[in-house]
Amino acid sequence: MATGGGDVIGDVVTWLTDPSHWTDTRFDTGIITQLLAHVRFCAMALLIALAIALPLGLFIGHTDRGRWLVAAANALRALPTVGVLVLLTVIISPQFQGRTDTGFLIPTVIVLVLLAVPPILANTFAGVQNVDPGVRDAASGMGMTGSQVLFRVELPISLPLIFSGVRSAALQLIATATVASYLPLGGLGRFIYDGLAQQDYPQMIGGGVLVAALALLTDLVLATVQRYVVSRGITGRYANERTAVPDSRLAVLPEAEVARG
Amino acid sequence: MIRFDSVTKRYPDGTVAVDDLELVAASGQITVLVGPSGCGKTTSLRMVNRMIEPTSGTIWLDDEDTASMATHELRRRIGYVIQHAGLFPHKTIVDNVATVPFLLGTDKKRARSTAMELLERVGLPAHFAKRYPAQLSGGQQQRVGVARALAADPPVMLMDEPFSAVDPVVREQLQDEFLRLQQDLGKTIVFVTHDIDEAVKLGDQVAVLRVGGHLAQVATPAELLSRPVDAFVAGFVGRDRGYRALGFATAGTLSTRSEPTVATGAPLPTGSDDDWLLAVDGARAPQGWLDMRASAPAGATVTDGLLHRGGTLVTQGGSLRAALDACLSSPSGRGVVVDEGGALVGTITAAEVLELIEAREPEPRT
Ligand SMILES: Nc1ncnc2c1ncn2[C@@H]1O[C@H](COP(=O)(O)OP(=O)(O)OP(=O)(O)O)[C@@H](O)[C@H]1O
Ligand SMILES: [Mg+2]
Repeated sequence: MATGGGDVIGDVVTWLTDPSHWTDTRFDTGIITQLLAHVRFCAMALLIALAIALPLGLFIGHTDRGRWLVAAANALRALPTVGVLVLLTVIISPQFQGRTDTGFLIPTVIVLVLLAVPPILANTFAGVQNVDPGVRDAASGMGMTGSQVLFRVELPISLPLIFSGVRSAALQLIATATVASYLPLGGLGRFIYDGLAQQDYPQMIGGGVLVAALALLTDLVLATVQRYVVSRGITGRYANERTAVPDSRLAVLPEAEVARG
Repeated sequence: MIRFDSVTKRYPDGTVAVDDLELVAASGQITVLVGPSGCGKTTSLRMVNRMIEPTSGTIWLDDEDTASMATHELRRRIGYVIQHAGLFPHKTIVDNVATVPFLLGTDKKRARSTAMELLERVGLPAHFAKRYPAQLSGGQQQRVGVARALAADPPVMLMDEPFSAVDPVVREQLQDEFLRLQQDLGKTIVFVTHDIDEAVKLGDQVAVLRVGGHLAQVATPAELLSRPVDAFVAGFVGRDRGYRALGFATAGTLSTRSEPTVATGAPLPTGSDDDWLLAVDGARAPQGWLDMRASAPAGATVTDGLLHRGGTLVTQGGSLRAALDACLSSPSGRGVVVDEGGALVGTITAAEVLELIEAREPEPRT
């Protein structure tokens, strides 16, 4: 074991680079198919979570009503994922006799949504709440309606926090979506579970590496989107401006002193 | 015109922030609300644009009851400036200024070009327009706040301690510029401050409030300083109110004596019947006093470095306070009087200014 370190890495690389592992064969589902399945669960769960948590977080932050929902959602994080998954499967999948995939997909997506909602909700809420009260006051004082204040001021200013919530939700989804393979569903978890069962450690570790790579790539994509969506006034990435001349801070006007003396 | 008609605000916790306020803020004038912390200034101000709803009473905007208007429409007709400017951090300066025109559906291009004009008006160079608020100093942000409030050319402006978060030098500049701007624009302004000096400097009319939301006195600055109605107002306007009241008493045309001068850059004169000699530039604008007692090398010229610049100037027709200050701050004891263009008229002594002060009417009015 102690001397096998180099070999394990080599074996994992071999497993990952073997073209026959990437495409489907008569006996095995390949990496590409499982990757797509994995992305599919995660994307579905993320979209549903966004559709729930974003409006809710904006509403709670803007009106300051229903704070308890944020706390309650956070408490959901404590639920044991696999336990909930099994429970939901037992309840739900019998309803889908003959269409077993749907029977397993629904519990999986629910579990994932439960995981993704809390960080998005909490960050959206915090983002809106953290908007400088002076800015909010100025906005409504200038005659913006409630929804104008929300969408023209509070939302754009909250975007960095919202994005960080979405990114952490996405990471968690990608890592946790491996549990789908606990059920007879695909996804990158398949390699991990199968590798474990067959004591095929290169396959198991290879699956893990793929999950990590997907997570990194996703985060990169989201970070890029964030960069273009969030105002430069907030990120501090100001456009280059030729400021060869120091700011003219308006010289003191002596005649003003004289006149008002 | 804004009229508070027996307006009272009682907060849900029972605090009476404003008690039966009767006040008229005249059109085209600056009405300053001043008073100690917690006396209800902000509450009074924010009831005008209904950021706070009065518990009872009516606030009239010209002849309209503000309570009868939709709040967002009312607010778009009223400029609003707050302490830390409250600029939108995600928007460029020009878009910040154009906020209300955008809300009103003004064409974007036109709204931006108006915004650019306003930026210039409040003294910000055009290259600031594309910056974001975080790239501006506090004083500059405050200017943008004022420009933003003016963007839709509202007849009325509400300002809550707009200049209190900047250092004294910048504050003075902002105040002076604000007065100049108001001279052009003639808005109906309600201005809140806790600084009596600012109140007296800016207000056409000053309303002093006391804690509990009672109006103690409404008067012109001069009257407030010379005739406070009670001990509270007297204490609030301060100990040196007599001296400050001189700021509102014009000296008339000062009869000055002519002052011998030397031009800057000229050879240092030798021998003089006085210890101090006034240096002027080519346009006869006073530059400073030359100390004739100091020994200088032969052949030297009058340079900036040799001049004592401590003295203030008084413009012909300026206030008695400015005249007295010019005398007191001058190393020669002679106050320098200049004309509108800044050229030397002559000098005057403190004794002469005191005579003018004594000769004033016992109860000055403006
Ligand atoms: N939302 C509120 N609920 C209860 N009491 C309030 C509320 N807002 C203000 N008050 C109280 O009303 C009084 C007047 O407050 P206001 O903000 O108008 O004072 P101010 O004159 O503007 O003071 P400052 O100079 O400190 O800004 C204070 O006693 C304050 O504590
Ligand atoms: Mg206040």
